[in-house]
Amino acid sequence: MTEPRRPRVVVAEDLFLLRDGLVRLLAAHDFEIAAAVENGPELSKALAELRPDVAVVDVRLPPSFTDEGLQCALTARRERPGLPVLVLSQHVERLYAHELLADGTGGVGYLLKDRVFDAGQFVDAVRRVAAGGTAMDPQVLQQLLARRTHDSPLERLTPRELEGIELMAQGRSNAAIAERLVVTERAVAKHPSNIFAKLGLPPSDDDNRRVLAVLAYLER
Amino acid sequence: MIGHRVRDAGLAAARGLLLSLLSLGISLVLFVLLVVSLCLVPIGVGLFTTPVVTDAVRTHAGQRRFYARQWAGMAIPAGYRPYPAAGARRPGIAGQVERCVHLLKDPATWRDLLWLLTDAVAGFVLALLPWALPGYFLFGLVLAAGVWRPIVDAGGTYWFAFVPVQDWTTAFLAALTGVGFAVLALAVNPWLIRVHFLLARVLIGASEKELLAQRVARLTETRHDALDDSAAELRRIERDLHDGAQARLVAMGMNLGAVEALIEKDPAQAKKLLAQARESSAEALAELRDLVRGIHPPVLAERGLGDAVRALALRMRLPVEVDVDLPGRLDEAVESAAYFAISEVLTNAAKHSAAGQAWLDVYYSHQDRTLRVAITDNGRGGADPEAGSGLRGLERRLGSFDGVLAVSSPPGGPTLVTIEIPCSPAPAR
Repeated sequence: MTEPRRPRVVVAEDLFLLRDGLVRLLAAHDFEIAAAVENGPELSKALAELRPDVAVVDVRLPPSFTDEGLQCALTARRERPGLPVLVLSQHVERLYAHELLADGTGGVGYLLKDRVFDAGQFVDAVRRVAAGGTAMDPQVLQQLLARRTHDSPLERLTPRELEGIELMAQGRSNAAIAERLVVTERAVAKHPSNIFAKLGLPPSDDDNRRVLAVLAYLER
Repeated sequence: MIGHRVRDAGLAAARGLLLSLLSLGISLVLFVLLVVSLCLVPIGVGLFTTPVVTDAVRTHAGQRRFYARQWAGMAIPAGYRPYPAAGARRPGIAGQVERCVHLLKDPATWRDLLWLLTDAVAGFVLALLPWALPGYFLFGLVLAAGVWRPIVDAGGTYWFAFVPVQDWTTAFLAALTGVGFAVLALAVNPWLIRVHFLLARVLIGASEKELLAQRVARLTETRHDALDDSAAELRRIERDLHDGAQARLVAMGMNLGAVEALIEKDPAQAKKLLAQARESSAEALAELRDLVRGIHPPVLAERGLGDAVRALALRMRLPVEVDVDLPGRLDEAVESAAYFAISEVLTNAAKHSAAGQAWLDVYYSHQDRTLRVAITDNGRGGADPEAGSGLRGLERRLGSFDGVLAVSSPPGGPTLVTIEIPCSPAPAR
């Protein structure tokens, strides 16, 4: 019996301390570090040549110090749709979240750098993205939820259901939501369909489609 | 070609008619009023009438400047010395006297006086000819058509210009002369209007020196404002860092120190302190993130003004429709100033206007090399830059870039705020 293959990851981060920390963290959690790069051109090259299972990318990279990391990731995903990419940033913007989710192929993550503090959750997010799932930072959703008006159907949701929808939009699986809300998975499986019915959305079991549906709904 | 000429001459005739009314009518009256008012200064009454009349004169001159720009494409810069705005004036009689003295000391007031008289005479003639010439031509035609006969019958020889009209031959000659006038009008009409405005420019156009003095005064003022603002900004950042991130890092260091001491004796307590330290670091990060956004928003650095305002709009509670048309990146300082101005206007709209929707238009005009921003909302209006210190502050900050802010906000809405900043596109990076 062969051991399951360790996921190969490319890390792109320009600050040595953070890059080193990420590499240690991921290596400690059974990832194989395919490459750890510090700038945009190297990242593009690594993504094209090493074909990693997942890439963890800082938005801002040299040499331009603009959103070079994000652009490299988006370009690589255009060439290889669904290439799992987890983007890290010091700030989250819905604008960027949109661009990442736009192609609808999944395997996308967008998190604040602070989330690395909670190693367990962070590694979980990397795994989820590598498996083609989604990991959206709670702040993206808070920005969306902050906007709801009085007549929004969201008002009809209970606080618990709102919490559920946040977790769903983050890309959590039913099992994870159940764990967070401390209910059984079966109850949760019914839960989304309840919420979806209240909001008038078609029910969906696919986690990615669910994320898109929730985000698209909140955009309105 | 000839059609063009006729149209231009006709247009000049119509403009001449209006200008001649302004010159003879209003300029003359204002001249008399101003002279009387100045004569009354020694006995005190003039101190109160002069500012009023001067205001009227300046409005009148402003109208001529407007026509000069519209009709002849000629800029006649105003060189009036700036006077403190309404709020900063001394009240009562002392203020009134001060204002009058200020006006009397301003050479532009005296130049206006001279212009009023010149305008009523030479300006009038220059404005009269463009419509008198074609008028005389028409009259010549009417004469030649037979109208000469009753006139001659009634009063003997009639002089049409230099032609003595006595019979058909001379009447025909008069018509021919009239045609000459018409041809003359075709040739010189637009030129006459131009000369009319040139006359005004020579008399009331600000001199190079005055314009420079104005510019220096404005630069001094805006530089002062800019320095003030940046000092206040640095103070705010210092305070935020001192009370926020710095304090949290101190707490974190203390916690870690305690952990070091406890880790063997009391691992459970140490674990609790470590969790606290992590929390502190997360809070410090959140505070730094907010601070950074206030100094220079990351999206602005990464993507430029267009995407930064798009991201800003997405962040707003108020739904904002964004339309951006920019040639890549602009000058960094301008981008930042425009971003914060837009952010403040949108925040104001969300806070005070009770609007349900806002529209943001950002575009760059290559022709004027100017960044133009228009922010509209469907709220209740009534925003007054004079009353609210926010819009005033914004105006001051844009002033350092020679930018301007205009607010149109009638009670009941809608509110339209426009911002213009002259700038050039940044070279591609």
